[in-house]
Amino acid sequence: MTNKYKVPPQIEHNVKSAKDIGKGKNAFLSRRTTGDIIFDTVNLIIMILFTITMLYPLLNTVAVSFNDGTDALRGGIHLFPRMFTWDNYKAVLSKELMPTAAKISVLRTVIGTVTSTFVTALLAYVLSRKNFIFKKQLSLIYVITMYVSGGLIPVFLVYKALGLTNSFAVYILPGMVSAFNMLVIRTYMNGLPESLSESAEIDGAGHMTIFIKIIFPLCMPVIATVALFTAVGQWNSWFDAMLYNRMSDNLTTLQYELMKLLSAVTTSGKGQTAQTMEHASGMVTPTSVRAAATVITSLPIICLYPFLQKYFVAGLTIGGVKE
Amino acid sequence: MGMTLQSEKKQGITLKQLKSQKVLILLSIPFIIYVIIFCYVPLGGWLMAFQNYKPKNGLLHSEFVGLAKFEFLFSNDQFLKVIRNTLAMGVINLVLGTVTAILFAILLSEFRFNRGKKLVQTISYLPHFLSWVIVTGIVFDVLSTENGIVNEILVNLHIIDKPFNFLADPKLFWWIVGFANVWKETGWNSIIYLAAITSISPDLYEAASIDGAGRLAKIWHITLPGIKPTFFILLIMNIGNVLNAGFEVQYLLGNGLVQSVSQTIDIYVLKYGISQADYSLGTAAGIFKSVVSLILIVIANQLAKKMGEEHLF
Repeated sequence: MTNKYKVPPQIEHNVKSAKDIGKGKNAFLSRRTTGDIIFDTVNLIIMILFTITMLYPLLNTVAVSFNDGTDALRGGIHLFPRMFTWDNYKAVLSKELMPTAAKISVLRTVIGTVTSTFVTALLAYVLSRKNFIFKKQLSLIYVITMYVSGGLIPVFLVYKALGLTNSFAVYILPGMVSAFNMLVIRTYMNGLPESLSESAEIDGAGHMTIFIKIIFPLCMPVIATVALFTAVGQWNSWFDAMLYNRMSDNLTTLQYELMKLLSAVTTSGKGQTAQTMEHASGMVTPTSVRAAATVITSLPIICLYPFLQKYFVAGLTIGGVKE
Repeated sequence: MGMTLQSEKKQGITLKQLKSQKVLILLSIPFIIYVIIFCYVPLGGWLMAFQNYKPKNGLLHSEFVGLAKFEFLFSNDQFLKVIRNTLAMGVINLVLGTVTAILFAILLSEFRFNRGKKLVQTISYLPHFLSWVIVTGIVFDVLSTENGIVNEILVNLHIIDKPFNFLADPKLFWWIVGFANVWKETGWNSIIYLAAITSISPDLYEAASIDGAGRLAKIWHITLPGIKPTFFILLIMNIGNVLNAGFEVQYLLGNGLVQSVSQTIDIYVLKYGISQADYSLGTAAGIFKSVVSLILIVIANQLAKKMGEEHLF
């Protein structure tokens, strides 16, 4: 249920920079043998098949989302819609809970990411002070949480007792300080020259000033990476909405609404043909509405993807975590 | 340097230090309170597994039943099946995931078209960022008996004569989950292997070329040994996660017809713990999972150590 981008410590030194990844050793392959040609051809075919497997389901969903629902039931929609329509999107957007879900999804992503990144970085700062007397103890009580957790039931009961059920805070508070992200940020901070904060200290700057004015800005690369993963995690999660806020329609999220659409189709068993519903001018089906909802829900990720890409490979390689 | 550190340690914490680090200590306090509330108080909830926990009695006044909840779990056919399912899907995910990631990393590093390489790489990461809700929806569409592409291809190739309902077949469920994972994570998991391959010295390949080694020979004798340390580290980390490999997909993809093979420990905990409010039983099942995961990670680590391979601790 959590982001998996844990990087083992020993691998870190192997990686020079994110840009190196994927650059091959093509230079000395100038003389090609028959074996080479066969290998390259087979490789090319595999790569093409792989790419098709990755892309086709996504493109097909887009095509279905723009196609008339009842027409799509006839089959044969692959990469392009046959009877173009906006009705599926209109149907999704006119659903009662959609505006709320979109608002909550955006809010939890923005607030959750900003608070979590800042607070986690602050803890990393405290633990990166070399002579801090409780450094070991404080690190330890956080690192332990990476390996043992209370589990679903105790956590649920504690949140309930704290009044976090049926509240927006349950999206923000529980994940606010992440031990793993703290280690990633701290590793980066430990790599910064000590003289920077020392000279600021001599000038009389307090820890908050040093953190906000000097260290935090210098850590931007790692902060960006951590923020990005936090944001994707926030945007994509649906389970907390279902577990803690099921009774509060005003706290639903896009992913949870999409999940409801999905389970409406899966649990209905074989037939989805029967339940066509009339909407506005055209016809929409559960499948076509779900396709439109899927596109809407994944749109922010797809749009951000080019920017994401720059950071996530860096994020994977920065994570030289010790202890 | 080491000496001074040691002598400093012997002196213990002085009042002067406490005073000079007042701000850092003050900053730490909210973090200590936070971790206690959100991580350690729930851990204290483990007590529930040894009680007949009733919310109205609370943790302090509920009846103590020892290991009765665990005994019930292990004499319960359904829970044994749940363990089997979790382990089976965990192992399938681990093996399929590792093999495809390594294979993809090697093929990509051997891919000769530099621009195509970038494109394939970019596309391969994309599914990692989509939620399981979306990916499950895609699996459902692809395997659908109505216009699903897999059925369409199989029927057109005359491998089957009418659409087959893959998601209703208990024999296939574990593999569908496995391949859904492969679709979502292969590109992502390959990043770390690609990084390892990139760091292999080009001299080795050059020397092998001079000795007349072909591409496959070079992959076998240079690339694979080169990524071995990475492989072991990831293996140890993932073995600890084997029992964690089962919630979202199984929950979203499962249906009444495949229930006996789709339920995992996490789903069991959710079902009995939350829906039927048997908090003690749910907690016991959760503890079982945590403890087994910890044991697995230690065993894997010790094995790697014994074999002289990279290890975590």
